[in-house]
Amino acid sequence: MIPMDEAIGMWCDRCGEAATTGTHPGCAAARALEPPRYCAHCRRRMKVQVLPVGWSAVCVEHGELRG
Amino acid sequence: MPEILDQARNQVLEGGVGLDQAGVLAVLNLPDEHLTATLQLAHEVRMRWCGPEVEVEGIVSLKTGGCPEDCHFCSQSGLFTSPVRSVWLDIPSLVKAAKQTAATGATEFCIVAAVRGPDARLMKQMREGVAAIKAEVDIQVAASLGMLTKEQVDELVDMGVHRYNHNLETCRSYFPNVVTTHSWEERWETLRMVRESGMEVCCGGILGLGETVEQRAEFAAQLAELDPHEVPLNFLNPRPGTPLGDRPVVEGKDALRAIAAFRLAMPRTILRYAGGREITLGDLGTRDGLLGGINAVIVGNYLTTLGRSATDDLKLLDDLKMPVKALSATL
Ligand code: SF4
Ligand SMILES: [Zn+2]
Ligand SMILES: [Zn+2]
Repeated sequence: MIPMDEAIGMWCDRCGEAATTGTHPGCAAARALEPPRYCAHCRRRMKVQVLPVGWSAVCVEHGELRG
Repeated sequence: MPEILDQARNQVLEGGVGLDQAGVLAVLNLPDEHLTATLQLAHEVRMRWCGPEVEVEGIVSLKTGGCPEDCHFCSQSGLFTSPVRSVWLDIPSLVKAAKQTAATGATEFCIVAAVRGPDARLMKQMREGVAAIKAEVDIQVAASLGMLTKEQVDELVDMGVHRYNHNLETCRSYFPNVVTTHSWEERWETLRMVRESGMEVCCGGILGLGETVEQRAEFAAQLAELDPHEVPLNFLNPRPGTPLGDRPVVEGKDALRAIAAFRLAMPRTILRYAGGREITLGDLGTRDGLLGGINAVIVGNYLTTLGRSATDDLKLLDDLKMPVKALSATL
């Protein structure tokens, strides 16, 4: 298990492409109204459950995120 | 004042008779300079025939993603390269979601599944889930599970589901451009059975799928013919990986004109803001729609995307002096 904060910067959690800084302004804007879909560390598609209040996203390798 | 608005004032506001397809089209074609007057009239119609209350609803996805159908706007179809994965919600989480929804003052909780129609596993999950909610939460339960058989309609009635959502999505003439795995008529058939069962019919759709203004008017007229208890109005939020993923969002003014026109076609229906309003209308436009024919909202998040916070919406209703419909008024 690698801590999530070490994962930031590797893959875009919205589109799953390499998250080179500054190249995903559209994704960043869209994420205000969307949960993440890809694990930022390993690029796996996560199992995402949106609830009326909040959401959870699970990577089989790197665990759960909540928002 | 354009002639169509004079006609609508007499026919819809005074008489309670909705505009027909030609009338709706005339409203949709009004230039921007008449938008304020159009919204004002639609608001008067809503106040006259529905009253000031706003119905508040929360929705939750019981089964997300992996749907075998190909609705071109939908991130939950398993046929596209959408990143949405299949996931099931467990019953304790479902009950918790219902509680959180009820805590906002909402009277409606709609359980949704991304399926062509329910199978035995989904019906079992529904039976247990609805019973658990009814045992613990004071809220009306609605469902949206795709196309139903007559037996499934009866089962849902038996569970105490009081309203069923099944959107026609778009007008009959445009539907084959949006969905190829089932027909508009199949959807209509489910709606017919729901109506016959005594459940309330909830049926709306999505604007901005590429339909023409004429087809938007056609859709309003077809919904008016169905005469649903509730019409949820979505605006396309283009989803990555879907065939409509690159479509532009509906212009704010066109969205507001459509809200007013749908209200003038259906003076008595519950006209609900559903998905896409955040990106199409923003905060200001949301307010304009509530003063232009809308009398219901979905609060909180949607099925795969997030919404404005319920607190913001409830504050807006408070500012507009629109009371939230109470549970006692819905029973
Ligand atoms: S049937 Fe429903 S869940 Fe399935 S693709 Fe169509 S809109 Fe999406
Ligand atoms: Zn991205
Ligand atoms: Zn991972």
